[in-house]
Amino acid sequence: MITLTHYLMLAGILFAIAVAGIFLNRKNVILLLMCIELMLLAVNFNFVAFSRFRGLLDGQIFVFFILTVAAAEAAIGLAILVVLFRQRQSINVEELDAMKG
Amino acid sequence: MLVTILFYSFAAVLIGAALGVILSRNPVHSVLFLVLCFFNAAVLWLLIEAEFLALVLVLVYVGAVMVLFLFVVMMLDINIEKLREGFARNAPLGVLIALIVIVELYYVLWVRRLGIEVTGGTAPLPENYSNTAQIGAVLYTEYVYPFQLAAIVLLIAIIAAIALTMRKRPGQKVQDVAHQVSVRAKDRVRIVKMATEREP
Repeated sequence: MITLTHYLMLAGILFAIAVAGIFLNRKNVILLLMCIELMLLAVNFNFVAFSRFRGLLDGQIFVFFILTVAAAEAAIGLAILVVLFRQRQSINVEELDAMKG
Repeated sequence: MLVTILFYSFAAVLIGAALGVILSRNPVHSVLFLVLCFFNAAVLWLLIEAEFLALVLVLVYVGAVMVLFLFVVMMLDINIEKLREGFARNAPLGVLIALIVIVELYYVLWVRRLGIEVTGGTAPLPENYSNTAQIGAVLYTEYVYPFQLAAIVLLIAIIAAIALTMRKRPGQKVQDVAHQVSVRAKDRVRIVKMATEREP
């Protein structure tokens, strides 16, 4: 029988893979954005699973809002990426030192 | 039994696709693996009867956000080899941290069981239960202000994306309607008073 633990464990593995992806693809902004999407998916998994297994609908409403914010984030992130590429012809994170951080 | 088999098979594909996202050489392949991830997540959500969100995930996420990603990845001409420098160097650290996260979660979720009753399955839903209708009933009453805020967030995202990517190309011939309307006759026509001249 599939229990809450199965879903939470799956979401945890997904999140860990996304964290590893951020370490592996440190130079590629597009891959970093995709790893953030994966993390958000893992979090949404937790919300949906808790909502269903505890019998409360509020978790699914929150997933709805997370999807909205994630869509906005992806749109703005990709817009910044396009502007960045236009200016420097590269999306390498290491070359982004204009702010001397 | 069938549900268990479906869960494990789709979960396996989901994890494989997630690994494909972070390991594949070509960013286009990464985006396509991410699409596969979202499809499998949608199926897994269908298995626990969250139909509305599963369909929204496919329609909105795969249909809009992932296509946007695909557009951008294909539009930019990226030197992949340069971006993959340091991939092998960072790999041990990344794998180590991922393993730590997994082991910790395994301990909390599987060994400690979260401190709550998690061994049961889902309670069966009543007949004629509609997930979409239930979400709508809560979303438009209890969560109506967050719902409006979400709309504003999307509006701001639209404005920000347009404002960021719009650019004025030099030498482009365009009509400036406001400028045309605001022109007065005295700006264009010069009336010169001069003495009458007679032909010799």
